[in-house]
Amino acid sequence: MARETGESGETKSTKVKKHKRRKSKKESKTRTVHANILYDHTKGGDNPNRHYANNKIKTTKYTLLSFLPKNLFEQFHRFANVYFVFIALLNFVPVVNAFQPELALAPVVFILSVTAIKDLWEDYRRHRSDKEINHMDCLVYSRNEKQYVEKYWKELRVGDFIRLRCNEILPADVLLLSSSDPDRLCHIETATLDGETNLKQRQVVRSFIDLVSFDPFKYNSVIECEKPNNDLNRFRGYIIHRSGRRDGLYKDNLLLRGCTIRNTEEAVGIVIYAGHETKAMLNNNGPRYKRSKLERQMNVDVFWCVVILLVMCLFSAIGHGLWMFQYGDKRPVFDVLSPEGTDLSPVVSAIYLFLTMIIVFQVLIPISLFVSIEIVKICQVYFIHQDMELYDEETDSHLQCRALNITEDLGQMQYIFSDKTGTLTENKMVFRRCTVAGVEYSHDANEHQISPSHREQSRSQTGQHSEKDITPDPQLMDKVNECSSQMEFMRFHSQPLNQIPPDLCDIFDFFIALTICNTVVVSSPNQPRQKVVVYYPPGQLGNFLEDLLSSPSAESTLTKLNEEKRPEHDLQHAFSPTPPNFEKTKALAQDECELRYEAESPDEAALVYAARAYKCALVGRLPDQVTVELPHLGKLSFELLHTLGFDSTRKRMSVVVKHPLTEQITVYSKGADSVIMDLIRPATVGCLKILYKTQNYLNLYAADGLRTLCIAKKVLSKEEYASWLQHHLEAETAIQRREELLFESALRLETNLQLLGATGIEDRLQDGVPETIASLRKAGLQIWVLTGDKQETAINIAYACKLLDPEEEIITLNADSQEACAVLLENSLHYIQAKFLCNPRPDPQAARDYAGIHFSSPVCSPASSGHSSPFLVHRLGLVIDGRTLAYALDKSLEDKFLAVARSCRSVLCCRSTPLQKSMVVKLVRNKLKVMTLAIGDGANDVSMIQVADVGVGISGQEGMQAVMASDFALPRFRYLQKLLLVHGHWCYSRLANMILYFFYKNAMFVALIFWYQFYCGFSGSAMVDQWYLIFFNLMFSAFPQLITGTLDKDVSAETLQELPQLYMNGQNSEEYKPYMFWMNMIDAFYQSLICFFIPYFAYVDSDVDLFTWGTPITTLALFTILLHLGIETKTWVSLYNIIALFFTVALCYNASCPTCFSPSNTYWIMQKLLGDPIFYLLCVVTPIAALLPRYFYRACQGTLFPNPVHMGRQLDKLPVDMRRIFLSQSQMKLGSLGSLFAPRAPFFPLCGPFQKDYRPRVKQTHMSGTKQKEKAIANPIPSKSMEMRDTPLSSKNSDNHITLNFRMQEEVQSCRQGSDSPLPENLHCVKEPSSPITGTLPYTKDTPGSRTILDSTGLEAPLSPTDLCQVELLTSTPLLPQTESMQLMSPPRSCFLGQKLDDEDHSNQKSLLKQAGDVDHTHSTSCLQEHSLKTTFL
Amino acid sequence: MMASSYNAKDEDGHHPGSVGSGGPGAVKSKKPDNTAFKQQRLPAWQPILTAGTVLPAFFMIGLIFIPIGIGLLVTSNNIKEFEIDYTGVDMFSPCFNCSQSYSWNSTSACTCSVPFTLDQPFESNVFMYYGLSNFYQNHRRYVKSRDDSQLNGDKSSLLNPSKECEPYRTSDKKSIAPCGAIANSLFNDTLELFYIHPNGSRIAIHLVKTGIAWWTDKHVKFRNPGENNNNLSIVFQDTSKPVNWRKPVYELDPSDPDNNGFINEDFIVWMRTAALPTFRKLYRIIQKKKDNMTPTLPPGNYSLEVIYNYPVRSFDGRKRMILSTISWMGGKNPFLGIAYITVGSVCFFLGVVLLIIHHKYGNRNNNADIPN
Repeated sequence: MARETGESGETKSTKVKKHKRRKSKKESKTRTVHANILYDHTKGGDNPNRHYANNKIKTTKYTLLSFLPKNLFEQFHRFANVYFVFIALLNFVPVVNAFQPELALAPVVFILSVTAIKDLWEDYRRHRSDKEINHMDCLVYSRNEKQYVEKYWKELRVGDFIRLRCNEILPADVLLLSSSDPDRLCHIETATLDGETNLKQRQVVRSFIDLVSFDPFKYNSVIECEKPNNDLNRFRGYIIHRSGRRDGLYKDNLLLRGCTIRNTEEAVGIVIYAGHETKAMLNNNGPRYKRSKLERQMNVDVFWCVVILLVMCLFSAIGHGLWMFQYGDKRPVFDVLSPEGTDLSPVVSAIYLFLTMIIVFQVLIPISLFVSIEIVKICQVYFIHQDMELYDEETDSHLQCRALNITEDLGQMQYIFSDKTGTLTENKMVFRRCTVAGVEYSHDANEHQISPSHREQSRSQTGQHSEKDITPDPQLMDKVNECSSQMEFMRFHSQPLNQIPPDLCDIFDFFIALTICNTVVVSSPNQPRQKVVVYYPPGQLGNFLEDLLSSPSAESTLTKLNEEKRPEHDLQHAFSPTPPNFEKTKALAQDECELRYEAESPDEAALVYAARAYKCALVGRLPDQVTVELPHLGKLSFELLHTLGFDSTRKRMSVVVKHPLTEQITVYSKGADSVIMDLIRPATVGCLKILYKTQNYLNLYAADGLRTLCIAKKVLSKEEYASWLQHHLEAETAIQRREELLFESALRLETNLQLLGATGIEDRLQDGVPETIASLRKAGLQIWVLTGDKQETAINIAYACKLLDPEEEIITLNADSQEACAVLLENSLHYIQAKFLCNPRPDPQAARDYAGIHFSSPVCSPASSGHSSPFLVHRLGLVIDGRTLAYALDKSLEDKFLAVARSCRSVLCCRSTPLQKSMVVKLVRNKLKVMTLAIGDGANDVSMIQVADVGVGISGQEGMQAVMASDFALPRFRYLQKLLLVHGHWCYSRLANMILYFFYKNAMFVALIFWYQFYCGFSGSAMVDQWYLIFFNLMFSAFPQLITGTLDKDVSAETLQELPQLYMNGQNSEEYKPYMFWMNMIDAFYQSLICFFIPYFAYVDSDVDLFTWGTPITTLALFTILLHLGIETKTWVSLYNIIALFFTVALCYNASCPTCFSPSNTYWIMQKLLGDPIFYLLCVVTPIAALLPRYFYRACQGTLFPNPVHMGRQLDKLPVDMRRIFLSQSQMKLGSLGSLFAPRAPFFPLCGPFQKDYRPRVKQTHMSGTKQKEKAIANPIPSKSMEMRDTPLSSKNSDNHITLNFRMQEEVQSCRQGSDSPLPENLHCVKEPSSPITGTLPYTKDTPGSRTILDSTGLEAPLSPTDLCQVELLTSTPLLPQTESMQLMSPPRSCFLGQKLDDEDHSNQKSLLKQAGDVDHTHSTSCLQEHSLKTTFL
Repeated sequence: MMASSYNAKDEDGHHPGSVGSGGPGAVKSKKPDNTAFKQQRLPAWQPILTAGTVLPAFFMIGLIFIPIGIGLLVTSNNIKEFEIDYTGVDMFSPCFNCSQSYSWNSTSACTCSVPFTLDQPFESNVFMYYGLSNFYQNHRRYVKSRDDSQLNGDKSSLLNPSKECEPYRTSDKKSIAPCGAIANSLFNDTLELFYIHPNGSRIAIHLVKTGIAWWTDKHVKFRNPGENNNNLSIVFQDTSKPVNWRKPVYELDPSDPDNNGFINEDFIVWMRTAALPTFRKLYRIIQKKKDNMTPTLPPGNYSLEVIYNYPVRSFDGRKRMILSTISWMGGKNPFLGIAYITVGSVCFFLGVVLLIIHHKYGNRNNNADIPN
């Protein structure tokens, strides 16, 4: 499928041709749409559109009438229900019946009705949401009223004309016929469909372009198009006018349901597809029934229960046959004949008995298990709903659980697939930092704003924090003010502007560039339908160009122009609309505040907003003019000569303007730093210096995860411009190779630029995303990011959210063909293999394991990975783009792709289509047999959300599509942490325990009756009263189970969040392993033996009657079962009311009616028993004897081999303050290391020895990284000599930063060598670590230099003080059964712990220092400084 | 005993990370309530099972159970019980002839007398039981084969008994009263006890035949039909006797109207089906002597006179007569005492094992030992 979409248009067009050919034969292959108004009077009788679906959507399953039959039918699809009904009906057969038939029917009816009520409720919810959508309003043209009238969405039909206004959501798929836009465009936002928030242009159908206003009455064309399909990116058809002319229709003409009209005042269209036939709805495959992993596992055990049941029944039947046989013909009095009075042969009665036993033992198949699970899940859902921490104040929304039956899956996730935009990020770009002319303006205020405390404040105050509120850096603000006031002064005094100091000039230019070098459209929210147009005297530019071109020599014209027109131009341009009258500016300033910028990319908007914060505001844009308002200077309008738009090859855009103040023709360029830096022509040494500094800052920005852009300018002389212009116009007018020529033309222009500065923009991550990712990682989750974004952006974000780490190597896969992709994958595999196999292993065993396995290494925690295969997750990142992904997802390559992907710590898929996303999820899910969670916010994630085991939707700004498709809807990404780590864990452990307990409980109870068969001639008699037997599950044992299933907490929420490692418990299904079922069964049989035989021997050969003996057994069993639950329950919430309930019920029941409950006549038995001391004696000794083994086992387990959860619980027991100390210690360690931990986080009890040489290195590199950053921040303008000295030192510690520093050195050296050396080339090799994606090499960082360094660190690792690090890590993990944790027990000691750790840190540090000292002893002092820095940082 | 404390979470009022610190204006939003229940912070007891924490429990159980067990054992041993099998399987046993010749269809009574000797005196009230072995009174179809409403005196059920009674529902087109297999197989041996005085005289021991059934059975569950009609033969005139019975139900005890018909106590006792195939049923009570000086049954020779009616050979059954005194805990049964002693000892032993475990491994990670 992916390939299909990836295939070039050629095949498509041939397909379409085929379609057309076929069409002639079969008319039904296409859809013909006529305008409805032509047929309105005919009452729809011969309306050709009448067969098409209308716009009413209905996602409900039932109607009032069909509910009962349909629901029953569906319920009987569940095998268990059929089984129970079968048993209930079997009871009506007199030969085999065991109980009163009506009584046996009760549980089944109860269960069916509970399920039915639940289904009804769910369906009602769907009905309500449908209704809401169906009753939205839209404007439809009415023939009678001859105007557009409001109608509900559901009344819309194919062929209706609808009028769409700005910001309206499209109700159906509409063919655009008219737009108020002068260019006949309509902008739409497709966020709900594909998650992209930028505006997309749709065009009016070609034949209607010229119409000024569309009149539906004049429309009489017929549209033929394809049948409804789910391809969002395809629409073909044609429109036939009355004249017989045909015009093609393309996807550019179609507005899709769910999109939003933007920036367009009004549009008119005709509905082509409506309701369920719209592309959006067709893309929305119905929700698939999800069955949780636990339930699947449970079903296996239910099957085993059936086997056990059959074995028991068979055994009884054979026993009965033999028993009958032994009497032969002498028929004893107690062997009652069949009702007909016929004598049954042993064989026949054995067969009858088999059926009877199935009825008697039916409790073994836990009938109430299914219904209990549903009830528990509903309760769990309720509690998740109610969690305050999952409530988002800002949007007043809380978590929604839309799927009620997979809560426990949340606790077993192994892979998370996340969308990026809107999921990880807020989808709001925020200007964060900039550097102008080599000076960094750090915008500390902005940074503060991001800190949580501020954020909280700002949230509560302003409600929302957006890209618009930027606090200007005071330093820069001052400079801007100074600059503009000087300029004003100079202009006032008619002084030439070039006397302004160059740095101020740069600042000025920088902001101008930010403001105008973009394609931002200005609109004001008051009048959203209008672009803000400020009228200027027209024709200036036109004249200018005309002059330029008409004159034989452009050069001379220009000079002439220059001389002649200068004063006028100056005046006109500079003071164009109105002179900068003070009051007016003020009024405008108010206006300006309300101006909104709508940009194709959010970055552009962010830059414009940033500039506005510095009072340099974009106020208007016309095709040939940009108006900027500046402080002191007022409005300046720049003549926009050319816009060289952004393309991905050049990775930059430029505008050519005529500067209103200087009259110079200026090129402003903005682009990726990698390309802009190459184009800089450093004029002086000072410039070079600026260049280095800027590059340095850029690296820092990138390391911070900011999106970097460089701003440059170039002043063209008139001559230069003229010559370029000529070429450019040629290119523009060229018919062939136009694009290429334009590209070359742009390249010609964008040379020898002068660097102005650089910006760092943050696609602001949502709150807590890096922390969430880090802690999810620690929880052992693999996180993949699948995004439609471009590679650079995606990588930037990945760095920002700590998905990728600067220390990580990144494998980038960009292939152009299937073969290339195959080769790339092969290479990457070899690379991984080589890199991680050749590493010397200190541990021989690990090495052995290593060699044994195909190409990767053993999992660090063999025990932990149930079925996940022996793959080690390396410190590697994989970046793959959509096209390559399409190849890689091919059948032949998918295995290799997976092999590469799974050995990488993080995987980033860029430019992936929704379908690819879902294919990736499906691939991982099916091939690796892991639990997958997909999280996304847009409609483009819908398919992925549906494919994954658990789909999570972010109910953000981007519509509700994802939410509708999801199982859980979260307001924010960070809530995922609590949802998974706490609720997931709880739900899983609760349900797992509950299911196991259910099996145990039923087996235990049934076994009692089974033992009895040995004493009643295998006659199927039960000493337990039938009422107890049948309602045992429903009443007595179910309630406490439901309570624990809902409320039990093995570990508190706080601890679970602090120690994400506890999540692995669920991932590895440790609460419910297959063997546990059997252990429980054995325990059940043991307990039932005790519960049967102690009363047996106590009453043997006495005058006890059947039910007087059976009732104590029932009571004992109940006691035992409840106490068993008590042992298994972690949290006791007043649970034993149930015993009182039992006695009450029993007493009432036994007193109620002396004759009613035939055959088991239990009148007054319980009352009698309560007067019998033996009963009490039994009640004490039996449960204790029955539970001894389990109790003993649990106690031993708690001491001898506690599992992590157990340790977590012990941690919980600590007094609050102690625990805080404890956790904060571990938190500190984990927090600082967390982001660097391997996804299979080193959790001691689960880890093999292999970890040893793995972690310390991580730590080491991280420390150096921190140091590096810390230093750079603390020391924004380091002197060159400082830099020089620092480099070798830090280079010892980190691979990545070494390369960086080496490069810096080189640069500096080349800088010193003089300006002769071709710098751009030199700079070219400066690849900053954040974007190592330059070629199609699989491992771009494998440059000789860095490679050797990597290797050297690899060798160095064993030498480095790993053991010390190890110890330190161990002590920092509180869950260790080793001696270290013993020290943590007593308060005073644990207070020492901090110191001790510090000491270890010191020693660690010292040993590092020693290494450093090998290079240069004199630097030890600076090292110590670093250390102190580091510690403060921690 | 187990190291535990009430969870302190509900006390530390603040809720970490909650976004809910917003202004009071946001109260009526969808924000969930901050209640202990909804936030799952209910006070709860969280025991942690480790060797150290459960250790005292084990010792406690051991220390409590062993004395109880000893007490029970002593009590049980003080109960006197005498049992004699009179089935007559053995050639030389007195009832051999009866057992060989007898079947349900015999019309003439067969009597035999079984001599036995009591070595010890039986004090207080002595309960006389008859015991049957291998009699599956708990067979599923057997247990069902009765009509409780008929036995409760319901007129309509009397004439039209429940289907459950099949095939013992009707005979000769008349409904059977009492219907069903249980009633049909009523134990109909008559047992009499004679004390053989050392001087050779046979003294009949007075056997009380009332008070052997549950009070509720006799007064609530079982009632004769026709409330005030004392003439039971008229009440039962449209019914026939169960096929195996010799005499109709209204002649079970003609001497005592309160022990006749459905409320005959022997009948009621029989109708309470036994739990196990070897069972005893209370037959008579020998009340203690008024003077309290002589034992109820002094040691010496006795003779059991049996009117042998009940055939057990078809199912290889045994018939016994049991004499037993009772204590507060019922009949003689040493098992409970043994069970208590065993469980107590095992607990004690496991306690020791846990102690060792605790000392060896327990203190290395046992955070719970921190004094609160």
